Amino acid sequence: MNFSSFLIMRHEILLLVITLVLLVAEIFIPNNKKSSTVHLAIFLFGIHTALGFMALDESSLFGGMFHTNNLIHFFKNVLNIGVFILLLQSADWLQEKIVTQNRGTEFFILLFFSLLGMYFMISAGDFLMFYLGLELSTLPVAALAAYEILKRSSSEAGIKLILSAALASGVSLFGISMLYATNGSIYFNDIIEVITSNNLTILGFILFFAGLSFKISLVPFHFWTADVYQGAPISIASYLSVISKGAAVFILMILLFTVLKPLMHVWENLIYVIALATMFIGNLFALRQQNMKRFLAYSSIAQAGFILLGLITGTQLGTATVVYFVMIYIFSNLAAFGVVQAISLKTGKENMDDYNGLYRTNPKLSLIMMLALFSLAGIPPVAGFFGKFFLFTAAASKGYYLLVFLAVVNVTISLYYYLLVIRAMFLRQNDNPIPFFKNKIYMRLGLIITVIGILVLGLYSPLYGYIYELSTVYK
Amino acid sequence: MNLSYILLIPLIPLALFLVLGIFNKKIKPAVSGYMGVSGLAISTILSFYTAYEYFFVQGKINGAYQTFVEKMVWMNFTDTLHIDLGILIDPISVMMLIVISTVSLMVHIYSRGYMKGDEGYTKFFAFLGLFAFSMYGLVLATNLFQIYIFWELVGISSYLLIGYYYTKTKAVAAAKKAFIVTRFADFGFLIGILIISFHTGTFDFETLNNPEGSAILNWASSSFMGLSAITWALILIFIGGAGKSAMFPLHIWLPDAMEGPTPVSALIHAATMVVAGVYLVARLFPMYYLVEEGFALRIVAYVGAFSSLFAAIIAITQTDIKRVLAFSTMSQLGYMMMALGVSGFDGHEGVGYMASMFHLFTHAMFKALLFMGAGSVIHAVHSNYLKDMGGLRKYMPITNITFLIAALAIAGIPPLAGFWSKDEILVATFENNLFIYGIAVFVAGLTAFYMFRLYFGIFWGKETNYINAPHESPFSMTLPLIILAVLSVGVGFIPFSEFVTADKIGFEAHLNYPLAAIAVGFGLIGLLLAWVFYKKENDLANRFANAFGVLYLWARDKFYVDELYLFITRKLIFKRISAPIAFFDKKYVDGTMEGIGNKTVVISQKIKALQSGKVQDYAFGFMGGAVVLALVFIYLWTN
Repeated sequence: MNFSSFLIMRHEILLLVITLVLLVAEIFIPNNKKSSTVHLAIFLFGIHTALGFMALDESSLFGGMFHTNNLIHFFKNVLNIGVFILLLQSADWLQEKIVTQNRGTEFFILLFFSLLGMYFMISAGDFLMFYLGLELSTLPVAALAAYEILKRSSSEAGIKLILSAALASGVSLFGISMLYATNGSIYFNDIIEVITSNNLTILGFILFFAGLSFKISLVPFHFWTADVYQGAPISIASYLSVISKGAAVFILMILLFTVLKPLMHVWENLIYVIALATMFIGNLFALRQQNMKRFLAYSSIAQAGFILLGLITGTQLGTATVVYFVMIYIFSNLAAFGVVQAISLKTGKENMDDYNGLYRTNPKLSLIMMLALFSLAGIPPVAGFFGKFFLFTAAASKGYYLLVFLAVVNVTISLYYYLLVIRAMFLRQNDNPIPFFKNKIYMRLGLIITVIGILVLGLYSPLYGYIYELSTVYK
Repeated sequence: MNLSYILLIPLIPLALFLVLGIFNKKIKPAVSGYMGVSGLAISTILSFYTAYEYFFVQGKINGAYQTFVEKMVWMNFTDTLHIDLGILIDPISVMMLIVISTVSLMVHIYSRGYMKGDEGYTKFFAFLGLFAFSMYGLVLATNLFQIYIFWELVGISSYLLIGYYYTKTKAVAAAKKAFIVTRFADFGFLIGILIISFHTGTFDFETLNNPEGSAILNWASSSFMGLSAITWALILIFIGGAGKSAMFPLHIWLPDAMEGPTPVSALIHAATMVVAGVYLVARLFPMYYLVEEGFALRIVAYVGAFSSLFAAIIAITQTDIKRVLAFSTMSQLGYMMMALGVSGFDGHEGVGYMASMFHLFTHAMFKALLFMGAGSVIHAVHSNYLKDMGGLRKYMPITNITFLIAALAIAGIPPLAGFWSKDEILVATFENNLFIYGIAVFVAGLTAFYMFRLYFGIFWGKETNYINAPHESPFSMTLPLIILAVLSVGVGFIPFSEFVTADKIGFEAHLNYPLAAIAVGFGLIGLLLAWVFYKKENDLANRFANAFGVLYLWARDKFYVDELYLFITRKLIFKRISAPIAFFDKKYVDGTMEGIGNKTVVISQKIKALQSGKVQDYAFGFMGGAVVLALVFIYLWTN
């Protein structure tokens, strides 16, 4: 093993370097100029995102603990883009609220460590690396959820998240230990040779699955979601719903389609049940929400249910549709959270009623929100429609007609509540609407990129073809 | 055939929508009106040019009309299945271009007068542009997927237009109802598309409709519950069509949609959007006809016939003039579906298909005219109800004459347009299914009756005491009335059977004199009865209604279909399902948390700042879920 083989960890190394640079910068930048760390962090992360697109070899390190391939590489890039947009959208909030309390740099450091954890998690070649990644990705986020120390709800969110996360990773670890007990190894490549379906393995698998489901907020492991989203700063709610969920879906898919493939007869039924429960519960609860963050929380639970339709297949088609859908979901949800963030920052308003008549005062924001919600609802010809349609076709190709039918029913339910927001913005009158305001450059960039993303993913077809090509590794 | 200029037909309205929508407040209302009208005028000229080129110059090769397609691959789904985007030109799509263009242009002109002074004038024209774009895209679609996309866009733009008076709660409710009901039907459509694409590997109309192609020949290869999977798909697609075309029992949104501005009703609910369902069945006609010996097509026929009769009976009892027209539209759409349903394929066998398209064409003209006439009346008396009208012929001569022409046309009185198309439908039903023929003739009589009840009620009868004397509408509103009245007389003479047929080879249609005489006879009886009942003020109608008693009340309340839906949604779904969930959530979920909170009150007092008192509950849910799932999959669900 020579030094250059470490380069397959380029993403990880680079991010670690950036984080360390920020740590050092924190020491040397004087207190009255701390806002420049925001610019520095965004600049560095932008370079990191751009460099990520350089090609990378497929190989593994540390005796198989760490491995990567083109699809994993691609997915890290997707996460990078997501985080980059998120940073742009959070920049104003950081400058106005956080840097003044002199805690700006830590925000980035924590966030980047969490992202680093996700890199390791999806590149994991054994359960130990997976578990370390899982922990590293969760713990900093709990600190971030409690980041608005002046708000009680934020501290509450942090506590709830850390307690729930501790339980989830404990359960997951318990499950992993059972898998180790029955298979005698924690390396994925070894397990796949010997794993058979017996009671202890199934119990281990389900406990392990519960831990990951917690991150994706699948029912019944979703309870924390709404409270945490509502209490946490919007950037962090957005991070949890988009980046964290995306990464967890991805690693779950990799594990199900490779190591746990021999247990497919168990997990396809498990996913069937959980998909239905998640879609219905997410949607039914979303119907009654007034707070936009809570609303988006339940909507994102329901969306996770749809993703499972692609996971249930275990085929290349399923892989491609899941990755494609997650990408669309990332852009759409970031756009929705971005608008909520912009409005909350300017006015502090977060309820659906406050959005009444928004179109009259802030037409551009309303249009972005509409685009995002149409994409989440899956109205053609917006990207989300293709995402959902492909997922449904993938599930139908394996003969899950009833599941697809019920999913379509859920699409309509979701359409109803997405339209509620659109109706509030476009059709409702308001005596005291949110006044017109202009966003600063970072926020504008952050929103424009999401809009471009939604449009390009829907209209530029070779992208799906590219993902389909990459997906040959998991089938 | 060069198709590139055809692209402009949908793109111009789209450009109008974008320009008017984005620069909404910056454009003066007068300017936006002119922009809308001139944009649509260009589209209309192009449509007519296309029709001329297609039908008379380039379309016919070796005696048969060809299908011209220009498309590009938009998205590759798997190695074989891909989604295309393009335009398809064949007799029915060209015919639809003419219908949409003509009616849209008339509606644009009319709206300049009708919507004058409205606050959202420019927005209204922007929405009209969006609608025209979606509708053009729908008829030009080359494949199922593309048609579905535009199908949904049509739904959205109609939602926006019906709910245009957004301060009226009823209008907003109606828009929502229309959207949800048609959306519900669209599930059927979407699932149908999924099934078709999986069993045939294509979305393409040309490939699907090829009588020698694998999609049609191999229909029997897979079956589900006794029927071929393809038949199921076609039935599901028809459900989508039935939603848009207001077939029983998915018709409930149409009467409510009358809350929208009247020009919208003339455009969407008379001539264009509501015929999309008929168009869809016609578009896939070879499949409907050939798969499983036309099983799905027979369903179309019976649903159409029943809807036609059902709506005609309700129309007799309504007192809101726009609702009468709405039910009349539903009834005539049923006619078209029924004609398609009984049609054959080759030569004169396909008379039903031809008749259906012919009736779609003529009906678009006179029904748009009826709606605009009604709009003109409403504009004058500021009410939708018959009781506020009467004797208007003196005040509104042009509206009166044009409305009369339209009423005669829909009643099937020769030589107006409706007579010719209706006669072909009756021929088709007579030759194929006598039972349906009986319904068709009876409905023809009912149509004449309710239409003249309306006409006499508005323009004759006892005059209401008008506070301000009503006056004729402005020229911008009467001009479209006159143009459409001329068309309602003229279009019947088009030898339709030479242009639009199922096998695309024209045939010569002859008037069937005995059948025509019977139909006209029924029409005249209806007309005369209406004359006796409603021309002069008398209580014959009331006595008659009383004699029918319960039946009359049922019909007046639209056979309680709405109430049935309300019962199912409100009582069953909301009360029995949603409410218990909400109750459970409030009582037990919240209650449990409170309980835990109470018991740990001492501790929680001390660490209140840290502990919310709810996390235990979440943990319980988490662990409980994991344990239950583990038990289920270890002991119960093992396979």
